[in-house]
Amino acid sequence: MSETKPHPAVIEMCGAQIAALRDASLTVLEDVNWSVLPGEFWVVAGPQHSGKSDLLLHAAGLLTPAAGICRVFGRETGAFGEAQLADRLRVGFVFADGKLFNQLSIAENVALPLRYQKNLTAAEADRAVEILLELLELTPFADVAPAHLAANWRRRAALARALMLQPELLLLDNPLGGLDGRHRQWLLQFLDQLWRGHEFFGGRPMTLVATAGDLRAWQNSKRQFAVLDDKTFSVLGSWADVEANRHHAVSELLAEPAATHI
Amino acid sequence: MVVRGNLAKAFELTNTQVFRRAALPKSYTDRLGRKLFLFLLTIQGLAAFALITLGVILKKSGVAHSVMQPRVRHEINRAGVSLMPMFIFVALALGFLVIGQTVSALAKVGATNYLGSTMVVVIVRELGPLLTAVLVLARVGTANVIELGTARALGEVEALEALGIDPVHYLIVPRVIGMALGVFALTIYLILGALGSGYLWAFLQDVPLRPGDYFKQIAEALDWLDFVLLALKTVAFGFFIALVTCYHGLAQPLRLEDVSRVAVRAVTQGVVVCVLIDAVFIVLYLVA
Repeated sequence: MSETKPHPAVIEMCGAQIAALRDASLTVLEDVNWSVLPGEFWVVAGPQHSGKSDLLLHAAGLLTPAAGICRVFGRETGAFGEAQLADRLRVGFVFADGKLFNQLSIAENVALPLRYQKNLTAAEADRAVEILLELLELTPFADVAPAHLAANWRRRAALARALMLQPELLLLDNPLGGLDGRHRQWLLQFLDQLWRGHEFFGGRPMTLVATAGDLRAWQNSKRQFAVLDDKTFSVLGSWADVEANRHHAVSELLAEPAATHI
Repeated sequence: MVVRGNLAKAFELTNTQVFRRAALPKSYTDRLGRKLFLFLLTIQGLAAFALITLGVILKKSGVAHSVMQPRVRHEINRAGVSLMPMFIFVALALGFLVIGQTVSALAKVGATNYLGSTMVVVIVRELGPLLTAVLVLARVGTANVIELGTARALGEVEALEALGIDPVHYLIVPRVIGMALGVFALTIYLILGALGSGYLWAFLQDVPLRPGDYFKQIAEALDWLDFVLLALKTVAFGFFIALVTCYHGLAQPLRLEDVSRVAVRAVTQGVVVCVLIDAVFIVLYLVA
């Protein structure tokens, strides 16, 4: 009888103490215990300044926890070096504000990781960039500078850049924040396609982790949820568990925004 | 991780904010002590940053050259070719204002025999390289701090790290190479232009000196050491101007409002570094 090999966790945090990017002496989350398995789609929600972005930067291996352990693809993030670059490139990261390079056009931004990592000329990378831009409906903006593009499209360009190297794990920092209804809907559908296995990526399912300031848009029985509140990371489970949870932080993240009266 | 580590290491070694913020009694000795301590920390930080940059230049010379070569070319163009019009003007002005008058004054007292050695000391060894370095610092160094400081404040460094791109390799190495080559080439053009226009000015003043005699004297006063030390000095100027400006723009996390303050500090330190390098080379000339 053949024994099935257990899948190692894609992200694993044990007692991790998460420090802020801007001030390493400031702890934003304590004792984080979290495990993300291949093919899972996690949504980590929390109010502003609860440490969502910092948690994601740690999960990407871009920051090392002040205490505890953080492993990405089974490797401690503190040990990520040049020799482990191949592992590092299995992770794609989309920043909340895109963080595109303003001196490059959208096409150049999207091409940069591929050209740098594979040492390709602009002409050699052209075809792959064209396909990806088309997939994300960015072709009309290929030669536009990021500063001249609406925020909705800049976010999409940042997603394209993160997908250029076909990562296995995609981390998205507040991807729905500030998007209009149409872009929001498109992005949710596109992320679902990535999670199930998009043909552009050879049908291989992708592991996704997204942060959010509002849980309602993410309602889906297949996703896993966690919440950040008061320096604590709590795993909620599936959407049914979220709805059953009576914690005030969860209620706030599920509440309709109050109507504003002029 | 090492990709992030290069900048993080430089920051750990250069985090002077802690000392700048610390409250001290208002005595002169304490203030002097703090200034001295900050000065030493800055030197330590710059040295660490220089070593890290040199390490990256050597270790990653063949990495992503299809991306890096155009970036290096762009920086050479920015710190060299595009400054040519300004340098032609400065060379003419330097020739007219300094050399022409020196030639004229020497001719009046019948000391034209000293012309060659005077020109070599004043223009080739001192004024040419130093003036070039200060002009490049003002024109390109300031832009470096502002560009990198803004990139740092807008999180572009984190974006590079997220893409597995070493920010030192991508942002700093092209600037260092471009500026080192730019200062070297511009100094040569400045010296040639100044010497040529200087003779022109003397000629217009009817100084009895033939061009052949003028250039022969200069050529005879030049030593092989002048060429070697001129090359080393100008490359050192370019390297350290790039380092100081990149260090201030990139090595420490910044907010947008910090950028202008940091630019002023970088230019001041850049001038100090150029003078210190110049002093080292004066000692070398004297010893050799």
